[in-house]
Amino acid sequence: MSTELQPWADAFGQRSGGLPGARLPWLAALRRQALDRFMTEGWPTPRIEAWRHTSLSPLAAQGFEDGGRQSVAEQVTELKAGETGHWLVFVDGAYDAELSDVGSLPAGVTVAALSASWTQDAEAIEAVYGRVEQGYGTSALNLALAGDGAWIRLDRAAVAEQPIRIVCVAASPKAAHFLRHLIVAEAGAQATVVEHYIGVPGAANFCHATTRVQLGRDARVTHLKLQQESEQAWHLGEIEATQGHGSYFGSHSMSLGARLARNDIITHFADERCETMFNGLYYVNQRRHVDHHTLIAHEKPNCVSHENYRGIMADTGHGVFCGKILVAEGADGTDAIQRTDSLLLSRLAKSDARPELEIYAEDVKCAHGATVGQIDADSLFYLRARGLDEAHARDILTYAFAASSVARIELPEVRHHVERALRGLLPGGSFMEEAA
Amino acid sequence: MLKIRNLHATVEGKEILRGLDLDINPGEIHAIMGPNGAGKSTLSQVLTGRSDYTVTAGTVEFDGQDLLALPVEERARAGIFLAFQYPIEVPGVSNAYFMRASLNAIRRKRGEPVLDAMDFVKLAKEEMKRVGMKDEFLYRSVNEGFSGGEKKRNEVLQMSLLQPRLAILDETDSGLDIDAMKVVADGVNRLRSPDRSMIVITHYQRLLEYIVPDFVHVLARGKIVRSGGKELALELEAKGYGWLDEAKTAAPRRAMGRGAAA
Repeated sequence: MSTELQPWADAFGQRSGGLPGARLPWLAALRRQALDRFMTEGWPTPRIEAWRHTSLSPLAAQGFEDGGRQSVAEQVTELKAGETGHWLVFVDGAYDAELSDVGSLPAGVTVAALSASWTQDAEAIEAVYGRVEQGYGTSALNLALAGDGAWIRLDRAAVAEQPIRIVCVAASPKAAHFLRHLIVAEAGAQATVVEHYIGVPGAANFCHATTRVQLGRDARVTHLKLQQESEQAWHLGEIEATQGHGSYFGSHSMSLGARLARNDIITHFADERCETMFNGLYYVNQRRHVDHHTLIAHEKPNCVSHENYRGIMADTGHGVFCGKILVAEGADGTDAIQRTDSLLLSRLAKSDARPELEIYAEDVKCAHGATVGQIDADSLFYLRARGLDEAHARDILTYAFAASSVARIELPEVRHHVERALRGLLPGGSFMEEAA
Repeated sequence: MLKIRNLHATVEGKEILRGLDLDINPGEIHAIMGPNGAGKSTLSQVLTGRSDYTVTAGTVEFDGQDLLALPVEERARAGIFLAFQYPIEVPGVSNAYFMRASLNAIRRKRGEPVLDAMDFVKLAKEEMKRVGMKDEFLYRSVNEGFSGGEKKRNEVLQMSLLQPRLAILDETDSGLDIDAMKVVADGVNRLRSPDRSMIVITHYQRLLEYIVPDFVHVLARGKIVRSGGKELALELEAKGYGWLDEAKTAAPRRAMGRGAAA
């Protein structure tokens, strides 16, 4: 056994007995098996095709420890200021009732911490909790060590008008924490779920978050993940949805923070007439690295998918996008469009963008396109010909490149939230405050 | 105001302008016509400073200064305005922000106080009424989702806000129906003044029925081959540009008119 892995076995030994749900035999067994898988398999390495562009070896070599916890109340309050929603706040992976504010929920809607839901909802939770063999070694590490997360359940035809907000904060600067969020939308139910990831300044924490979504017939779930962790943080995320007949799943991944962030986002069409939209935006500057791997599995006929990913790479940042569209045998009538655009702001920045179409059906409509480039010369000329400085014009066009991804977020208050986040981050973005 | 002498320009190594001369005095409107590929758009791009074009010989003087030495934005601030043939869309950036940033950059250069958001909106709304644009266009992203006509109106709006010394309209009539063209022409005509000049580049005579020029020049093979008054446009409409090929071997006719280079 590698010495790199031993601390995780030790952590499991210390933590597992005290994890919420530890007294459920199936869950305890699942966690044990998951740890075994991680100890056997270890961290994903670049030898695995899906990890070719992202090395976890610095993460694997780093030690994590609890302690040094800072107050995050102010940060959370700032995030919530002027915004509506049902708020669930997790600090270092554990539910914080004081900072949370679920408010009053519509009939048939459950928004709670997983740790508080084992007694009444154990069976429903077990059905979607996930299995040991899914994903990578890191997926198993999450399964072994995650003790908490959001439990969102919408009964048949239940509609959550206000967004459900999950805030995950890293308060201990060197800690590792694992979250597992579960979303179940029964037939005809509708919800928008926003996951915010933030941390105390300079935190070199490790966060692994898994989100599992199950959509019943004609359900509509829009999921938005806004990752703004500290620029020293490690962030690994997995989002996996399974869609029922006629359902809609919208996934927006806005990855703006962390030293290294990796998101695997998957949806399966388990029945006909499903629709999905994958919308992504990432920004890397300094030496940061963001990787998105997506899979849209057209397993049944007559489903529609639209995927659009944009990345902005500055300094020596490195962005990766690998998007796979799988059209299974017999999935006729598939309509899939994928597009990815990368904007390089410096000559040392790097982008790896790889669209992948795998089609086993006959009657399908699939299109994909990828561009990598600099700021459009025609646009730059237009702005300068109106008297704007070149630097100002570049900032405006960089923001504009990102803004077209943000424009796909339907709920205005969530869209505005992301726009503000971008303005706080992009070069020259602060001037745009008045542009909105 | 503008003195162009023996202007030669290349794009991607190909010579497009081959010895162009043109004089424009304050208050004059000059139409530049000519067949496709004659260099009409190149002239507008060279005057505004597009870097894809290389000036290989000649001079351009604007209000006594060497225009070719100035970067794009400095030319705009000095009072040169180009109404684009294909205005660019800028998602996520409101028209109001963009136009105010532009106007303030120019006002700063002129030594005038910058406008705050409130004063700007007041001014912009007045101008928008004149060009028949609804207030909502202030808060929409620059040109995003605008129809062809709306984009051109937006160009005219910017022109009337920026009050340029020299306005260049590059095929502003292309793709416009008669009503949209009239709106554009009205906007341009309103801006006519004794100290403002304009260059109207067009392939068709149609626009010149609404924006009546003082001079018409024919640009072919990179230089002005004929100049005249507004009646020249009608002659071109009747004769087309075919005669240019016949004249190819003959010596180019001396440019005429007060506006042409001596």
